[in-house]
Amino acid sequence: MPPVLTNGEAKDALSVAAELTIVVVVSGKDRTDIDKITNIAAAVQQRAEIVSVSEGEAKRIAHVTGRSSFPLVFVKGDCIGGPEEFERLNASGTLEEWLKPHKYDLIVIGGGSGGLAAAKEAARLGKKVACLDYVQPSTQGTTWGLGGTCVNVGCIPKKLMHQTAILGHAIKDAKEYGWEIPEGEIKLSWEKMKTAVQDHIGSLNWGYRVQLREKQVTYLNAYGTFSGSHEVQAKNKKGKVETITADRFLISTGLRPRIPDLPGAKECCISSDDLFSLPYNPGKTLCIGASYVSLECAGFLKGIGLDVTVMVRSILLRGFDQDMAARIGKHMEAEGIRFLRSAIPKSFEKLAEPADGKAGRIGVTFDIVREDGTTETLVEEFETVLIAIGRDAVTDAVQLEKIGVRRAKNGKVVGRHEQSITVPYVYAIGDVLEGCPELTPVAIQAGKVLMRRLYTGNGEMTEYDQIPTTVFTPLEYGCCGLSEEAAFEYYGEENIDVFHNVFLPLEYTVAHRMDADHCYCKLICHNKDDNRVVGYHILTPNAGEVTQGFAIALKLGGRKADFDRLIGIHPTVAENFTTLTILKSEQKELQASGC
Amino acid sequence: MRATLMTAMIRTGAKQCCPYAACSSSRSVAYYSKSAIDTNSNYDLVVIGGGSGGLACSKEAADQGARVAVLDWVAPTPHGQSWGLGGTCVNVGCIPKKLMHQAALVGNHLADAAAYGWQLPKDHHVPHDWNTLKNAVQDTIKASNWVYRVQLNSKKVDYFNALGSFLDSNTIKVTDKKSEKTITAKYVVLSTGLRPTYPNIPGAELGLTSDDLFSLKKSPGRTLVVGGSYVGLECAGFLKGLGLPVDLMIRSIPLRGFDQQCANLITDHMSGEGMNILWRCSPLEVVEAGNDQKKVTWLSDDGKKESQVYDTVLWAIGRQPRLQPLNLQAANVQLNQKNGKVIVDDEERSSNPSVFAIGDIAQGRPELTPVAISTGQLLARRLFAKSSRLMNYDMIPTTVFTPLEYGCVGLSEEAALKKFGEDECEVYHAFYGPYEYTIPHRSSEQCYTKIIALRDDPKTVIGIHFVGPNAGEVTQGFAAAMTCNITIDQLQSTVAIHPTSAEEIIKLRITKRSGLDPRAVGCCG
Repeated sequence: MPPVLTNGEAKDALSVAAELTIVVVVSGKDRTDIDKITNIAAAVQQRAEIVSVSEGEAKRIAHVTGRSSFPLVFVKGDCIGGPEEFERLNASGTLEEWLKPHKYDLIVIGGGSGGLAAAKEAARLGKKVACLDYVQPSTQGTTWGLGGTCVNVGCIPKKLMHQTAILGHAIKDAKEYGWEIPEGEIKLSWEKMKTAVQDHIGSLNWGYRVQLREKQVTYLNAYGTFSGSHEVQAKNKKGKVETITADRFLISTGLRPRIPDLPGAKECCISSDDLFSLPYNPGKTLCIGASYVSLECAGFLKGIGLDVTVMVRSILLRGFDQDMAARIGKHMEAEGIRFLRSAIPKSFEKLAEPADGKAGRIGVTFDIVREDGTTETLVEEFETVLIAIGRDAVTDAVQLEKIGVRRAKNGKVVGRHEQSITVPYVYAIGDVLEGCPELTPVAIQAGKVLMRRLYTGNGEMTEYDQIPTTVFTPLEYGCCGLSEEAAFEYYGEENIDVFHNVFLPLEYTVAHRMDADHCYCKLICHNKDDNRVVGYHILTPNAGEVTQGFAIALKLGGRKADFDRLIGIHPTVAENFTTLTILKSEQKELQASGC
Repeated sequence: MRATLMTAMIRTGAKQCCPYAACSSSRSVAYYSKSAIDTNSNYDLVVIGGGSGGLACSKEAADQGARVAVLDWVAPTPHGQSWGLGGTCVNVGCIPKKLMHQAALVGNHLADAAAYGWQLPKDHHVPHDWNTLKNAVQDTIKASNWVYRVQLNSKKVDYFNALGSFLDSNTIKVTDKKSEKTITAKYVVLSTGLRPTYPNIPGAELGLTSDDLFSLKKSPGRTLVVGGSYVGLECAGFLKGLGLPVDLMIRSIPLRGFDQQCANLITDHMSGEGMNILWRCSPLEVVEAGNDQKKVTWLSDDGKKESQVYDTVLWAIGRQPRLQPLNLQAANVQLNQKNGKVIVDDEERSSNPSVFAIGDIAQGRPELTPVAISTGQLLARRLFAKSSRLMNYDMIPTTVFTPLEYGCVGLSEEAALKKFGEDECEVYHAFYGPYEYTIPHRSSEQCYTKIIALRDDPKTVIGIHFVGPNAGEVTQGFAAAMTCNITIDQLQSTVAIHPTSAEEIIKLRITKRSGLDPRAVGCCG
């Protein structure tokens, strides 16, 4: 059988693979196992089309598929591996199922940022797509609409409540700026803030539904469970079950807050799933956990005038630069947030139910390790307890094991470039993909890029390193690239130069803000590589806005010299990156300098 | 430095930030300087003009071991206003401007706060007290003036609060309020900056300029701002934001030299906020109208004369050098005949090889503080540290702090199309809604961003424009990316930081050529 493409380029080979039913990509002149593959294909009444590429182009294909040996077999556009995998696929009967006509080209399970982006992109590319989204109620019974964590119980409400806290600060600053605010404390109406936030979310939920309809994506507000290799049972709120089939599946179910198995936890505690729609002002709040979710929530709750305590077992913001994490902790303490360190909750007791728009009372029993090493058990009363100790994949009910999708211990899907390593027609993106940074924009990017790669064969890949992010603590923390710890570990401490300084935002001068020495920035540079910047960190108001552009500079391999010759925009906080001269190793006391 | 000083002052509870602390110690600095005149008057470098550029140059030269003197003298405005060491930026420019802009933003925040649930008194108009703001701003400025003197002192730079004028290439007469000295210098750096231009019309002296505004003893009240320069737009913007009735008069186009689409979005936004913009009008005369008010008469675009009474008239029609007192002809320093600026070469050298000019006074240079600072530092290193590095004037980012800020780096759309041709350029653009505008339902009609890239591979980005809140903070990092030669593909494949306004830039996909609607489509993908 003559090849449909001879000595082609990788992109052409991949686009042929995306179009035809069964394609075999061979490298150079190697024709090993070709007959075996064509015979299997023939047994299922298919023709295996052969595409040959040079060895150089084969390497590119290997890079895109994450598989290094050739020939490579593609079924309906999915790379399934070599002849052995093909044979196994056939022997299990999956191949036959796969080749049957299905109702959809793609079923997306999970309508969050990633799933929606992928569904819309696939539809744009002319594919028939269904998107399933169903929110299992939280331990407190909270549910929400289409759009996933970010929009409903994540970034969006979080940042709006953070903004509320910032405005609270502005009210305090306003007098210094000449605004004649009436005397006395200006209080916040939780009800009004919550309603405003929820109204906005409601409009976003609606917007997503409209978008799906416009793009002709079938939206099912139903819970998807695998019932066959290419078959899903979609169960809606009323218990009605619909069976739907597809060639390909995308898992994008995200994560949900982890509630510890402690007495009273499920009954007494809320999580970030509940906080943003809480029908009452949380009042005196205990935030348990050192995750960014815990610190962000503690930050804005304090900012809106509440009594807030954070209970942490060990370090803050594990995985982030620890110098920055310590600075965040210091600033939050200066803002009046109490930290209970080396403390572990033991049990929770409901002393009073929330009622009449007022928070209840919860007795919290916890162990705290004192400086002398002794452990003390204490009981304290709070009005609200927020658990933010981590997030877990909730994939059990999807029945992924029924079709053999391998999951990591944490329940996340183990993938090879977003493709399940065990079931080639199943993909995962976003937080539910093992090893993927848990960030909305990463999921969105991965969803769009994956769809373009699968449906056009353009070879586009999502880069998962040097991803910028921002933690919206009261003083925001923006970062990109490596932490100091990671840089030392990766390159060796002697090969790293850290340039840093503190600075004073101009607007703090008039406002007489006490947190004058809290704003801080640093660049971590690889001194054996022309001081290439490998880590960027800043603690400042508007850190998110500042960080975005610099992230590109890091991606482009920006050197310290590039930052030095950059002309500042005056007066901004961002310009501080253009004048960093102090090496952290000099251990000088830092002082913000004037302009 | 400033932080420590400020922090110390804040911690001691000093409400009045600085003047008292500054005065007592400043005498000792003056004394030190005076003795230096008497004993030693030969310098490696004399800097005339103690603004951002001059100070940076003098400090860097001193760090490199040079003997340096700085002369700084502020000629009072027609209204008698003068100020301390530090030049335009810190005294009557960027710093007070940004603080007053911030005051106006805080006013916006108060308006927004109620929508977010803060229980400000219902329907209560929060009034603004000009003097509280003015005093706070002036305190911050005085703290900076003081810090500059301390810095010069600690670096052993002699500071003369005096006027310098050339006797010959290397000899300078130093005239202060009381005495006259002569000093000599191997090199002289001119960094005297610019001062606001007054229109050539009857009664012009009744108007103020940005030199007077930030220290005005009472609220400017009903104000006419004349000029479409960024100074005009910024001042009109914050005055309006502080609750004052403001008219803005623009003879031709706003923000000449900037991207005109973005410039017009800014003026659209100002109009939308209730500012009365008098387009294509030119002032004819100003007369006293009693009660400390001024009657301004202008020619409107239909050729009619119109007039109106204002409390304050602010000229913001341009800035010009004031080099007469320097007696530059004695040093044979040539000036541009048209604008009076000093003609310089790539090394900032004037027609006299031992005289240099940096900052706004140098012909053809961007009029920006950070540019002057960098230029001054690089020049000092070339003069005293054997460096050969020249200032690179390309890709300089800047931000206009109008109520809706506008940041840009690289070419405007007009300049790009002119330079490369329409067929060679791709313009990506989008209107967007800042997340924080959603709750108070603030109009985001003018929030806009665009990128201009070349169409040929590698599709290099040649201009980035951002109109929206925090534009200054957003733009700086993108300028860093521009210095690393970013392409449109690299920009588009960068992962967003969510939810921010800055992410709108990397999410740009719609080209002007496509004709698709660039209006906002909602958030999160």
